[in-house]
This record gives sequence, C-alpha cells and structure tokens, in this order.
Amino acid sequence: MSKFKKKNDGGTPAISTASLPDIVFMLLFFFMVVTVMRDTSLKVQNVLPFADQTEKLDKKNLVMYIYAGKPSPRYQQKYGTEARVQLNDKYANINDIQQFIREEKQSKREELRDKLTTALKVDKETNMGLVSDIKQELRKAEALKINYTTKEGDAMLNLE
Amino acid sequence: MARRASPEVNAGSMADIAFLLLIFFLVTTTIETDSGITRKLPPIDDEEQDPPPLKERNIFIVLINANGELLVEDEEMELSELRQSAVEFLDNGGGDGNEACSYCQGAADPKSSDNPVKAVISLQNDRATEYGKYIAVQNELVAAYNQLRNRESNRLYQIDFTEMEAAYNNPDTDEKDKELLKKRIGRIKEMYPQKLSEAEPKR
Repeated sequence: MSKFKKKNDGGTPAISTASLPDIVFMLLFFFMVVTVMRDTSLKVQNVLPFADQTEKLDKKNLVMYIYAGKPSPRYQQKYGTEARVQLNDKYANINDIQQFIREEKQSKREELRDKLTTALKVDKETNMGLVSDIKQELRKAEALKINYTTKEGDAMLNLE
Repeated sequence: MARRASPEVNAGSMADIAFLLLIFFLVTTTIETDSGITRKLPPIDDEEQDPPPLKERNIFIVLINANGELLVEDEEMELSELRQSAVEFLDNGGGDGNEACSYCQGAADPKSSDNPVKAVISLQNDRATEYGKYIAVQNELVAAYNQLRNRESNRLYQIDFTEMEAAYNNPDTDEKDKELLKKRIGRIKEMYPQKLSEAEPKR
C-alpha cells in the first residue's frame, strides 16, 4: 500500500474551485446587463437583414413591434409556409394591424402618442408584397414613423 | 477565552446556485437588436391632388425586380455601384440662376439633377422582391445621403452629420447642446433633404 501513497504525493494537487462561483457570477451579471426579458415569443422565423446606416431606437416603451415572416418550423404543419404577420403573441391578419396600433396608442400617455415608432422586424426572405401591405395599414392607422429593424453589418451580405 | 470560532460555511455549492441563475437568465432573455433604418411614411390624402410638376432630370428612378436585380435610370446596375451613382445624381448641381447649388461638387451635367433640394429618388419594387434586397437598396440610398451630409457637415462644423444626429438622439446630451445640434442638423437637412419616394409595388 505504501507504494501507492508515494505516487499520490508526487501527483499534481487538485485545482482549487473556490473561485468558480466568482467566475460564474461574473458571467451571470454580464448576461443580466446586456440582455432584456423576452416579452413576446416569436412564432415566425426572424432572420433580420443587414444594414450599416442605422439609427438606434432609444425609448423602448415608445416602440411597437410588428413581426413578419414564415411560421417557425414547429408551426409549419398547422399554418403552412406562407409568410405571416405576428402581433404580440399571436398570428394576425393584415386587417388587425389598425386595431393593434389603436390599442397601443390608447395605452400610452396622450403627449407621447405622436412619438410612437413602429419597428418592423421582418424576416429577410419575406416578399415585399406583405411588407407593403403592412405599410399601407400603418398609413391608414396614422402610425407614420417606422423603423426597419436590421442587424449591424454590410448590406451586401443580404444578397447572398 | 471561551470564544469558539464559528464554523466556516461550506461554499462548495455556490457555483451550482450561480450556474442555475445563469442558465435561467440565458433562457428567458434575448439580446435585443433595436437599431434600424428609420423612415417616415407619407400620410394618406383623401382628396386626389395632382403631384407637383417635376422635371424628368430631377428624378432618379430605381427599380428592383422580383429577382432582386436593379434597374437604375433605365440601365442595369450592381448594388455596389448604386451608392456612388446616387451621390453623383444628388450632388450634380446642374441648375443655374435661381436653381444653382453653391455647395455641390458634382459634374454639373445638364442631363442630371439641378439641385439637391429638387432631386427626388423614386424607389419601386415588385411584390415578389425579397425584403432583404429591398433593405440593401434602402441602405445604399440612405448611405448616399449620409455621405453628402457628412461632407457638408465636416466642411461647416468639422463633425460628421451622423455623429451629430446620434448625439441629438442620445437622452444623456444636455438641453443646451441639443438646441445647437438641432439648428445644425436642420441646416444640413435643408441642404440635402432626403426625398425618397416609394411607389406602390406592382403585381
């Protein structure tokens, strides 16, 4: 037995894991700071196009989001692969947009209503027909400030 | 000296707790992308009105077809050339007399635009155009405007226009600076107004 013991003494000592919690906490704080809570669960595919001439949207509470794209793979059996609009957590029709905008405006204070921006988060493979229909509805609802949400990157990447 | 040393708390499971929290945050949060190309839609006019007369040379027509190919002023073009050609059109300054442009550095070609104030870019797309391609074209056109605005802004105020705009939109900037920035931004925007008209897509 003493033979084995000798060997163990000469081996590398165990690495101390006392600082592991600190490292993990550091990661935790990083993620808490840079991310935000998801408020809607996406039901459409949403690969945003790239652009580099972007402006940042600052006041997040004054932004209304409209998503569009093909239904996610797990919904494709039920809803097909035709691109759709998503408002809040549900699929919606084009005609529901006006009602949605009205409700969003209603929920904001009166002096802020003109400053509302609509962010269009549209999948890059969607046809422009759908996007134009959405824009037409927004014009009817008098929500004229829009923002095409994009990822930061060279626009040439969209052509691939 | 009956004081007993308090036993040390075992911190071995701290890492597990922290990992649990970390994974919770990873699952429930997303990194938001909240930047994009800002546009203003034209309001709907109930009454039909005749559009103001525009000279043909003051309009720069960009067509995108269903395959994402570009037709600019009746000629095929690659996307990479669009920015330069839009800059040349806007900055042409071919007008004279009342319509002369004192700050333009273009070629003053009589077949191209008179003055950046009059120049309109008309963007038309097909219903089957892919959104990504459309955004790429929008991006190039906005880039053309930004390039010219930056040039003038650098000449007048020694700062980029896009930088001024970012500072203006930043809620941390003081009110006093904002006043000045607003005036400067307004001035540059008057020199190169963004006149980008979008037609209803054709079927």
